[in-house]
Amino acid sequence: MTTAKIKWRPKIKEIARQEEYFTSGQRLCAGCPAGTVARLVMHALPRPENTIISNATGCLEVASTIYPFTAWRVPWMHSLFENAPANASGIEAAYKARIRRGLEKEMPDLLVFSGDGSGFDIGVQAASGAIERRHNFLYVIYDNGSYSNTGIQRSGATPMYAWSTTSEVGKAEPGKPVWRKPIALIYAAHNPAFAATASIYHWKDFMQKVRKGMEAEGPAVIHVKAPCHRSWRYKEELGMQMSKLAVETCYHPLWEYDGETRSYSLSTASKVIQKKPERKKPIEEWLEPQGRFRHLFRPKRRDDLLKEFQRRTDEDWEHILRITKQ
Amino acid sequence: MVVGKQTLMGINGDEAVAYAAKQALVDVCAVYPITPQTIIVEKYAEFVAEGEVHTEFVRVESEHSAMSACVGAAAAGARTFTASAANGIELMNEVIFLASSIRMPIVLAVADRSPSGPINIHCDQTVSLAQRDTGWIMLYCENAQEAYDTTLQAFRIAEHADVQLPVMVMLDGFVLTHTLENVYLLEDKVAHKFVGTRVPMEIEVGGQKIPLKLDPKTPITIGPLALFDYYLETRIQHHEAMERARPVISSINDEWAKLSGRKYGDGFIQSFEVDDADAVIVTTGSTAGTVRYVARQLRAKGKKVGLLKVRTFRPFPSEKVAEILEGVPAVGVFERTHSIGSLGGPLFNEVRSALYDRDKRPAVLGYYGGLGGRDLHPDYFETIYKELFKVKQTGELPPRPVKYISHRE
Repeated sequence: MTTAKIKWRPKIKEIARQEEYFTSGQRLCAGCPAGTVARLVMHALPRPENTIISNATGCLEVASTIYPFTAWRVPWMHSLFENAPANASGIEAAYKARIRRGLEKEMPDLLVFSGDGSGFDIGVQAASGAIERRHNFLYVIYDNGSYSNTGIQRSGATPMYAWSTTSEVGKAEPGKPVWRKPIALIYAAHNPAFAATASIYHWKDFMQKVRKGMEAEGPAVIHVKAPCHRSWRYKEELGMQMSKLAVETCYHPLWEYDGETRSYSLSTASKVIQKKPERKKPIEEWLEPQGRFRHLFRPKRRDDLLKEFQRRTDEDWEHILRITKQ
Repeated sequence: MVVGKQTLMGINGDEAVAYAAKQALVDVCAVYPITPQTIIVEKYAEFVAEGEVHTEFVRVESEHSAMSACVGAAAAGARTFTASAANGIELMNEVIFLASSIRMPIVLAVADRSPSGPINIHCDQTVSLAQRDTGWIMLYCENAQEAYDTTLQAFRIAEHADVQLPVMVMLDGFVLTHTLENVYLLEDKVAHKFVGTRVPMEIEVGGQKIPLKLDPKTPITIGPLALFDYYLETRIQHHEAMERARPVISSINDEWAKLSGRKYGDGFIQSFEVDDADAVIVTTGSTAGTVRYVARQLRAKGKKVGLLKVRTFRPFPSEKVAEILEGVPAVGVFERTHSIGSLGGPLFNEVRSALYDRDKRPAVLGYYGGLGGRDLHPDYFETIYKELFKVKQTGELPPRPVKYISHRE
């Protein structure tokens, strides 16, 4: 089934009445959007009570399952950093084989969580293999643009020029010297059943994508931008705002990919900008509130670097416009 | 002993392992190919293609993912099997530690091969012996028959209620993996009955007993963060499980003997002509066959020589080894590995340490050899016995207790 036919719309009243499968009591930082991601995902699942989670090492894992406590009310497993999709392959295989032998009745839904450390870098191989093998799972990569869990080291998702503890700002280098990886496009190029980018600010769009990804037959990947105030150095109450600006500046455009029609389409928030390009905000608006880009503005404004950042952002956006053109 | 009907097949060690895994009714087999393990994978692929197994065969993109998929599968309640060698074991090392620590009863066949570099596909036991502190049960096989027998036993040991630990079954690369031998296979139904159905470990959550299994009916969290306040206790529980494996390994070895007529000592060690021996060679794997041949020849000439084959390396049978070797004048430990920068290799250190508290400690010499598949000619072991006799006669020990053999000078 083409995922375009999945028309489920989240309704806030219904969500408020639903049971919480990711509960309070977890120890994420105040204002951490990883928790928002987890809650939105759990509320968007078609069968949360029949879902198994494989979670890669990262902030979400560490903060939600400190023994002897757990924030999860579904079967949940963490093993290592780079292998959550491979773990999920095994879980699916176990149920398939045991159903074949009559030892299990029903196939559960499979959800994989990882951050950008695993999703962009160390776990790409395992994810690529699991998608190639067509396991039926939804892989949600929450991208906070650094190895936040280990103390804000740069990852393949860290923006160019951003400060991190392994891309320091100094006389020789203005933060991370290279551009981020186009990870959602990389996974979409595997032709999964479904792939998308998402933003926690556009929560309805995100939840719909979760539903589509889970109901699609086969692997699905969602790359959701999840700001991190510890790493991005913004005021902790600005998480939603930072998420919104990433979309409005087209640094993180929203789109989805349907594996059956093999087509990319822009999601509403980005389509609006496509139709009315004047609504596209300058990248500076997203960069300036973030302390990790402070050196682009103070003590001296670095127009050269800001211009280059804008040029690369526009280039990526043009590319998304080209592939989503119908 | 009355045993059931068995089928005689001309197969190699890899095939023997594949047939055992097939008869063990494995639910999930996640594998990545590497010489000299490949025949196991290829044979299993045939079973899958012919519909002879119900197994979900996951052809992963690396050994790291192979063991990771096994961990996921075992956590979901499946009987789980994989196989690898050398570099593959090294790549999955992170997951090997994890699998045992979260008590997943996975069976891993290791086709022993030298580590790179230089890159070499042939036999030595360096990589498998380097796994000794991963908390897995480790069983070494002497021949293809033992590889078949041990693989089937491994599932029983791993999944035993008192144990719940993963098991490695080692077979020497090419020497066993690729060499045709006569192997007796149990009838399918007998093997099926022997292995039974896997029952996941029971845990207590809030006063309720539930299976340690990823199951929406009984949701649990597997693999939480445990720091200085709980980590150590989990490690001690792991150690206790390994200790509980000792009687299980022996009783399953006995049970197997009743079914098949084949018995591997007490499941841990197998000795040959040790009672009155003046010189004993201790070794593992296929080398034991060569040493037994040499010992038999020398015995025929009236030389009092013996062999102690170590089958189970973890849990290590220190007491049993010491009982047998105490009072023997000279012991030579031959290892198809080496430990650079140490006094001796893993087996040497274990054997010597086991004897420390004994009154009549033998002289213990160590020998490294056969690395990278270097052929282990019977002459080498004759020489070792000669050296041991010399030590016995003169009471003089060489300046260094461990040396290399089988190499160019």
